[in-house]
Amino acid sequence: MILLKAAQVTKRFGGLTAVSELDFELEEGSIVSVIGPNGAGKTTFFNCLTGFFHVDEGTITFDGAPIHALRPDQVAHFGISRTYQNIRLFPSMTAIENILVGQHNYLNSTWLGAIFRTRAQRREEEAAHVEALRLLDFVGLKNRGDSLAVKLPYGDQRRLEVARALANKPRLLLLDEPTAGMNPSETLQMTDFFRKLRGDLGITVLLIEHEMRVVMDISEKITVLDYGRKIAEGTPREIQRDPQVIEAYLGRDSATDAGVIEAAADAASADSKPSPEPPAGDGSRSEA
Amino acid sequence: MSAATLPPPGMTGAPAADAWHLLRLVQIGVAGGAVAIYTCLVGIVPVFAVRPLIIGVVELGQAALLMVFAAIGYVAARDRVKVSRSRAVGGGAIAGAIAGAMLTGLLAFGAILDLRAMFLNASPVLYDLLNNGLVVTGAYVPIVIGGITGGIAGAILGLSPSVRGPLVIGLTSLVFFGLFAGLLRTPMLVTPLAGLARFLFGPEGLTVAGGTIVFILSVATSVIVRTTKPRRRVAALPPAQRRLVVGPLMLLVLAMVLLFPLALGPFFAQVIAIVALFVLLGLGLNITLGLAGLLDLGFVAFYAVGAYTVALLTSTAEYGIAGWSFWQAVPFGVVLAMLVALFLGLPILRIRGDYLAIATLGFGEIIRILAGSDLLKPWLGGPRGILNIPKPIDVPPTDWLAGPVQIYYIALACAAVVGFVAWRLRGSRLGRSWMAVREDEDVAEGMGVNLVQTKLLAYMLGGAFAGLAGAISVGLVGSIFASSIQLQLSINVAAIVIVGGMGSIPGVVLGALVLIGLPELFREFSDYRLLFYGIALMAIMILRPEGLLPSRVSRRELHTSDEILALSDDQLITDAERREATAP
Repeated sequence: MILLKAAQVTKRFGGLTAVSELDFELEEGSIVSVIGPNGAGKTTFFNCLTGFFHVDEGTITFDGAPIHALRPDQVAHFGISRTYQNIRLFPSMTAIENILVGQHNYLNSTWLGAIFRTRAQRREEEAAHVEALRLLDFVGLKNRGDSLAVKLPYGDQRRLEVARALANKPRLLLLDEPTAGMNPSETLQMTDFFRKLRGDLGITVLLIEHEMRVVMDISEKITVLDYGRKIAEGTPREIQRDPQVIEAYLGRDSATDAGVIEAAADAASADSKPSPEPPAGDGSRSEA
Repeated sequence: MSAATLPPPGMTGAPAADAWHLLRLVQIGVAGGAVAIYTCLVGIVPVFAVRPLIIGVVELGQAALLMVFAAIGYVAARDRVKVSRSRAVGGGAIAGAIAGAMLTGLLAFGAILDLRAMFLNASPVLYDLLNNGLVVTGAYVPIVIGGITGGIAGAILGLSPSVRGPLVIGLTSLVFFGLFAGLLRTPMLVTPLAGLARFLFGPEGLTVAGGTIVFILSVATSVIVRTTKPRRRVAALPPAQRRLVVGPLMLLVLAMVLLFPLALGPFFAQVIAIVALFVLLGLGLNITLGLAGLLDLGFVAFYAVGAYTVALLTSTAEYGIAGWSFWQAVPFGVVLAMLVALFLGLPILRIRGDYLAIATLGFGEIIRILAGSDLLKPWLGGPRGILNIPKPIDVPPTDWLAGPVQIYYIALACAAVVGFVAWRLRGSRLGRSWMAVREDEDVAEGMGVNLVQTKLLAYMLGGAFAGLAGAISVGLVGSIFASSIQLQLSINVAAIVIVGGMGSIPGVVLGALVLIGLPELFREFSDYRLLFYGIALMAIMILRPEGLLPSRVSRRELHTSDEILALSDDQLITDAERREATAP
C-alpha cells in the first residue's frame, strides 16, 4: 500500500528551484533512503513533507489525505515524525520532558485540568510518564531521564531525538542524517535500531543519509536527487550501477572512481562489522 | 607619586610575565580610579557623607568609596591569588593605590581649576572628605587608603573560604543594618524593646555597640551554619522527619510575612504593598516570559486596562460610570485585560524574539498614549484622572486593615494564587508546550504543538494577571491618571523576572524585593535610583546570568557541573544520590 505520495512537487526560493517536479512514492512498512550531493534538495523535500515549507506546485498525500497545505503541527497529527540534520532537542528541558512534548498529540488535559489537578489529568500524566520511560529504555537511555538534553553525549542526543519522534506514535518516521558524526560502531547500532523500528513497531522509515555503507546496507529502495530533480530510483544494486548517479556524485571525468560506491556497498553487505580504516567513500568525497 | 613603579612583592624571574601583570594592574587601577572619580563627581560620596553607617566611625559616602577600592582590590587580586597570597595582597594594594592616585589627581586639579563650574559636586565638602584620613590629612591620603583597602581586599580573597565567608557576611551585614538602622528603630521605639533599639541603632546608622554586636552575631551565625550545615542535614533526613522540620519553618515564615506590615508600621506597609503588587506582576510575566519565552515589553498595557476598568466601574467621582464595589469590578478588569491580550496577541504572536519585544513595546506605548489622549479624555479623564476609587475593604481609617495593609494582603493572596497556577501549569502538557516553544519554536510545532494557541494562552494569562495587579493598584492609590501608565513599569517587571531568575517563583519574589523594595525604602537617594538600578542589572547579568534565585534547570544549564556542586548543599545530596542510584 502506498503510504506517502508526492506528485510533481516543486519548491522555489526566489530564483533557485530547490525541489523540481519531484514524484515520489513510499510503500508502507519499507525503509527508503534519499541520497544526493550537498544542496540536492533532500532536506528541503523533508521540510515540504512535514509542513515546514509549503510547496509551490504539486501535491503530497499521506494515506490518501492531502497534507501539503497543512501546518507542521497538523502534519504531526497524521503520525509523521522527524528528526533534524543538526540535532534539535529542547536543550534546557530534561530527557523525559523532551519525550513528553513528543506525546503532545496524545494528551488531552486542558490548562484548567492542570491547575485543579483533576483525577483524569493525574492519570494521564502518570501514564505519559510511564510511556516516556519505556521509550527511553527502548532507545537505550535508561536512567538518563532526568538529565538535561544539552548535557547528554552526542550519540545519546541522537537517540533522544528519535525517542521524542517515536513518542508521537508515528506511522512514518523521517530521519535526516541520523548517523552524522557517529563512529562506525555507533552507526552500526543505529542501523540495527532502525530495522528494529520497522520490524517491531511497523514504522515506515524514510532517511536522508550521506554514509553510503548505511544507505546500501539498510535501504530497500533509494531515491537519488541532484539539483532538486530525481535522477534515479531503485534498489541499492541498481543505484550502484547507475551512470547518472556516479556522474552526480563524482563528476563527469571520474569514471575511474566509479567503483567507490560499489566498493562501499559491497563492504556493507559482505560484513556488517565496522572496519578499522575509514570507509573508502569518505576519503574520495572529501577530495572531490 | 607613581604607584605603578612600585615593584610587586615576590617578584621573581619571568620578567615578561611580570611586566604583563603590572600592566594589567595599571589597567585595573586606572579603570577603578575612573569609577572612583565618577562616584565622587556624580555626588554619591559627598551626598552620602551626611548619612552615618556606624555613628562616629564611618559614613555611607566613605563606605561607598571604600567599596570601590575593595572592588578594585578584588578584581586585581582575583587572577593573582592562584599564584600566591602575598601576590594577591600586593596586586590589590597596587591597583587600589593607582585608583587612589587618580583621586589625588582630582584633588590637585580641584586646587588649580574651578571644577564646580561643570561638576556641581566638586565642592569643598568633597575635597575635605578625600583629604581626611582620620589621623593625617593631605592629598596623598586617597593613595594610602586606596592601597590599604585594596590590599585588605586581596588579603581577604587569599583567606581560606571558611574564614573568608563569615568575614564577608559580617561586613555585608554591617552595611545592611547600617542602612536599615533608622527604619528598624522607629517601629521598635513604641514597643518594650525601645531601650534595645536606642542601644543598637541611632536615628540613622548603627551605634558603635550596635555595629560590634551585629558584626559578631552575623559572623557567629555564619560560622555555625558553615560547620553544622543544617540544609544538608535536613535534606539527608527521611521524608517524614524532613516534613517535621520544614513544616514549622514554613509556618514561621508565613506568620512573619503576614505580620510584617502590622509590626513595622505604615511606611513599611506601603512599601511592601507595592512590592507585593510587583510580585504579582512579576509572576504574571513569569508565565509569558519565563515559561513561554515571549519577551513582552508592553505589559503595562494590560495593567492599564485592569486599572482603568476598575476605576471606571467603581469611582464615585467624575467619569465613574457604575459605582460598583471593588470586588464586583475586579473580574471585569481581569477579563477585559485578557481580551485585550487576545486581540493584541493574535496579530503579533507570529513575530519572533526581539521583534516581538519591539511590537509589544509599541502596543504598550499605544495604550499609554491613548490613556492620555484628547480622544478618550471625555471618558478616561486624561491627565486629570479618575478619582475617589473606593478601597477594596471599606473600614474606618483607624482600623488595622485600613490603608496599604489590606492591599498588601490582597496582593499577597493574588500572588499566591498566580504562583500556584504557574507551578501547576509548569508540570503539565501546556507548561511543557510553553517551554518547548521557548526552546525551539519550529521543533515544538513539528511535534504537534499549535503555536498560535499555545502562545496566545501564555500571553492572555500573563495579561490577565497584569490586569489583576492594575485593578488592585487603583485600590491602593485610590485614583488613576494617564501619567500612572508608564513604560518604566513594563521594564521594571521584565527586570524583576530576569534578575530574579527566569521561570523561578522565589526568584520573582526576591527580584521584586531587591529592585522595587530597596529603592522604595531609600527614597532619600532617589537621585541615584536609576544609576544603582543599572549597576545592579549589569552586575547580575555578568556575575549570575541565570538570575539571583534561578529555577534548578537554568542553573544547571548555565554552569558547569563543578560550579553547581559548589552552589548549594542540597544539590550535592541529590547528585550523590543519583550517582548511587545509577550504580549497579
